Amino acid sequence: MSTTYTIDGETGPWELVIGLEVHAQVISQSKLFSGASTTFGAEPNTQVSLVDAAMPGMLPVINKECVAQAVRTGFGLNSAINRRSVFDRKNYFYADLPQGYQISQFKQPVVGEGWVDIDLEGGEVKRVRVERLHLEQDAGKSLHDQSPTKTFVDLNRSGVALMEIVSFPDMRSPDEAGAYVRKLRTIVRYLGTCDGNMEEGSMRCDVNVSVRKAGAEYGTRCEIKNVNSVRNMMLAIEYEARRQIEILEEGGSITQETRLWDAGKGITRSMRNKEEAHDYRYFPDPDLLPLVLEESFIEGIKATLPELPDAKKARFMSEYGLGDYDANVLVAEQDRAAFYEQVAKGRDAKIAANWVIVELLGALNKAGKDLAESPVSADKLGGLLDLMADNTISGRIAKDVFAEMVESGKDAGTIVEEKGLRQVTDTGAIDTLIDQVMAEHADKVAEYRSGKDKLFGFFVGQAMKRSQGKANPAMLNDLLKKKLDA
Amino acid sequence: MSLDTATVRRIASLARIKVSDDALDHWTQEMNSILGWIEQLQQVNTDGVEPMSSVANMTLRQREDAITDGGIQDKVLANAPDATAGFYTVPKVVE
Amino acid sequence: MSNLTDLTMADALHGLESGDFSAVDLTRAYIGKMEAHKSLNAYITETPELALQQAEASDTRRRKGEAGAMDGMPIAMKDLFCTEGVRTTAASHMLENFVPTYESTVSGKLKAAGAVMLGKANLDEFAMGGANSNSYFGQAANPWKAAGDTGVRVPGGSSGGSAAAVAAHMAIAATGTDTGGSIRQPASYCGIVGVKPTYGRCSRWGVVAFASSLDQPGPMARTVADAALMLNVMAGFDPKDSTSADMAVPDFSAVLTGDIRGLKVGIPREYREGVSPEILAVWQQGEEWLRAAGAEVVEVSLPNTRAALATYYIIAPAEASSNLARYDGVRYGLRVPGDGLAEMYENTRAAGFGNEVKRRILIGTYVLSAGYYDAYYLKAQKVRALVARDFAEAYKQVDVLLTPTAPTTAFVAGSQEDPVTMYLNDVFTVPASLAGIPGAAVPVGLAANGLPLGLQLLGRPFDEETLLRVAGVIEEAAGFTARPEGF
Ligand SMILES: [Mg+2]
Ligand SMILES: [Zn+2]
Repeated sequence: MSTTYTIDGETGPWELVIGLEVHAQVISQSKLFSGASTTFGAEPNTQVSLVDAAMPGMLPVINKECVAQAVRTGFGLNSAINRRSVFDRKNYFYADLPQGYQISQFKQPVVGEGWVDIDLEGGEVKRVRVERLHLEQDAGKSLHDQSPTKTFVDLNRSGVALMEIVSFPDMRSPDEAGAYVRKLRTIVRYLGTCDGNMEEGSMRCDVNVSVRKAGAEYGTRCEIKNVNSVRNMMLAIEYEARRQIEILEEGGSITQETRLWDAGKGITRSMRNKEEAHDYRYFPDPDLLPLVLEESFIEGIKATLPELPDAKKARFMSEYGLGDYDANVLVAEQDRAAFYEQVAKGRDAKIAANWVIVELLGALNKAGKDLAESPVSADKLGGLLDLMADNTISGRIAKDVFAEMVESGKDAGTIVEEKGLRQVTDTGAIDTLIDQVMAEHADKVAEYRSGKDKLFGFFVGQAMKRSQGKANPAMLNDLLKKKLDA
Repeated sequence: MSLDTATVRRIASLARIKVSDDALDHWTQEMNSILGWIEQLQQVNTDGVEPMSSVANMTLRQREDAITDGGIQDKVLANAPDATAGFYTVPKVVE
Repeated sequence: MSNLTDLTMADALHGLESGDFSAVDLTRAYIGKMEAHKSLNAYITETPELALQQAEASDTRRRKGEAGAMDGMPIAMKDLFCTEGVRTTAASHMLENFVPTYESTVSGKLKAAGAVMLGKANLDEFAMGGANSNSYFGQAANPWKAAGDTGVRVPGGSSGGSAAAVAAHMAIAATGTDTGGSIRQPASYCGIVGVKPTYGRCSRWGVVAFASSLDQPGPMARTVADAALMLNVMAGFDPKDSTSADMAVPDFSAVLTGDIRGLKVGIPREYREGVSPEILAVWQQGEEWLRAAGAEVVEVSLPNTRAALATYYIIAPAEASSNLARYDGVRYGLRVPGDGLAEMYENTRAAGFGNEVKRRILIGTYVLSAGYYDAYYLKAQKVRALVARDFAEAYKQVDVLLTPTAPTTAFVAGSQEDPVTMYLNDVFTVPASLAGIPGAAVPVGLAANGLPLGLQLLGRPFDEETLLRVAGVIEEAAGFTARPEGF
């Protein structure tokens, strides 16, 4: 167990208490309560039904797939699936909230308590409890920069389904919060229930932060909105904790409020002016009825769940003998794990892991590409590993071949043949190489023989160079030693 | 429970209905009269009674996930008091 | 052809089918009546040109043998049903210029069955009221007058314009909506038949919402048979309304057999409280008619009747406060500018809503607000459950209930100023609304003051058949043929 993360104030160390509300946009064709499309980037108000625009007399009808996605995600969070849940209205006025209320779930959410295990540095695993997951409508979009006097309202997003995933205040450091969000993202992406893209807003976090002295009761918390990346969230948490510590140490007290993260300035600031006294007047939406899930529906979803990241990681460690770090990296994305498994199939699993993580991911990262855009397919990478395994090429040559594969997309065998990179394993040929090097460097041979052992590396290098790197290193070593020591 | 004018003002503000100072007393009095009459409900014994939200003795019907609507910007904006460039507009909101 | 507007719907359909007159003739006759009786203010928007076009199309269909169930029937549409291309106001300043780009399911069904729309009938603003005195477009008047009346009598509400139009033969029938009695009470005040179907029987899609868990469209007509025929057209499952019942709709016209032998009729004793001797006498008369027709009459108890009214005046305003939040001046309807968004909202809603609507929004906002929810809203939901349970218990003993429709006959416009006094008019209609059960108001006679009196029948959920069958028997026995003078 690592030591607790603290921030030192004047009066000593302070502990952080962090809870997260994550809004994850559900992957579905149409909206939660209307048949309008959910795709982004359309002309304003073109993906809006009369229901989304809250025209008089319009009524909501729920999308079955959104319910299924919520249940799927519930399984991913090891949560209780509530057989009966209720949709409530959350009443408030805002320009991009056409109904004057948001349809959400308040007292009886579709998914109840569960948990997520997060992976911390050094292989430590921490369990963060999830309080609930509920379905609700997204709001429209206000554009404030289109006119000096007006705010423009686009309802294309209005009514798109969101899953609000609420954690317990179980996180104690920015790192833990970061790990939690990354893990949630991995889980929803595995499940295909949300694309997890924070930058585009399909995953949004509200962070509740408070501070306390070790062992003390929870302090008063503030909610931070508008963090649009894991990095910003972590920065916001730290800033906010320091702000609170400073206030408390000066004898002040924390006002429970909503604060906005200003990424440009790196600060959180109060939204008090906009906030005013909210009183959401939740009550069951009389246009809807209780959502009751059939056992067969739930079982049907359970039966088609993919292998989830935790299970996959455990299997990679036991089946392939991978270490914690490698396993974590490989299961972080489903397609990455699948790619790896295809490479590892029938090959040395550890070498495969190494090549996928270090070489392939390194190269993609450098090129700013996704795995899906990789010029080197799993089969091609496997082919390269095979050439190493049967001694056609050495590991060193393999790196050159790989670089060429990334460049041209050709397969390893072709490159080896075209460039004549096949490893030299013929002892006669290697003998010749050695003889040539020894003849050229007769002086160094003499020095070596008079006791300067260190020169051995020099001869290896020269011989390898002469072979254009193609000499089998083990054989070269062997034969060189024999000749020099003769 | 008797309402004071401050509460009525707060309620009116929650409901986004402007109430003039002149009218505030009148509204307060009227709401108190209605709520006073409603007070009789407290005499009904409802111990152990499940609250009823709907008389429809059914559960929620779910529709298939398909795009069946949208693409009607003209209809959506047809009655808008001040639509501009495909958007609804409101007085500038400062965030 | 001077008395085409005297025909019942059944007779008018027969006349069209026999070629005695055309739909255009019939529609012209009704348009004439509308012009003659404009002073009743029964319509907010009259659509005579549209009606004549529709009538012509109807005649064409009939010639081709493609006539629908209500083909050529000139009806009034309560101005709460959104009608594509025809202004729909909900009797509110807020929607004074709102022209829907869509057609409500129910008005669409009527259109598809060939009905001709004469216009949009007056009502209380957003259906909130019991006298049609809360209309931005002015009081609709009851065609009936009591002896010595100088002012007008209210037609009841909220479907007051619909009731007045049908009673004054300015429409052959009309649509209404009933949230706490808004079909049955005006039907009773105007001496016509009004049916509130079981909640979920008629789609609410496209009907401007007042209180979603209570609102229910239904027919208003001059005879039970006409109401049954119209209900056939209006009813049916609508996948666009999540509370619509996915049930087959029986042929309501076929159930009016007059045979109620062996049927058990309940008389709820709590409904006697505070009822005038005159109404008690009519009620008694109704019992006797049913007994004479072979039914068995028994007394039943609905112990939570009294509490139902206060319950209703929590639940309906609470739902309304939320349903009416969409009227904010952004996407449609009135907009009154202000300094910033919040003030625009406040100005718009202050100017757009009338006093009764504001009153209910404020009450509804209050009963849902933090700290009061449990004491008011949750409590009301529990009492609602008790009210529903009362009916369920009663229906273990009886098939149908017989009650008065309203505690009084139509009152003089402007005579009831106090909101609570006004709310008390709903005492006999509200419990059934809370329970979602069907009800019908049937005119049975005239009071001593010369105004119509009605009786109410309440049925089991989705048993409009029995309800209408018994209503037919009452109608037959009562033989109510009186007409408001001059109409
Ligand atoms: Mg939240
Ligand atoms: Zn939320």
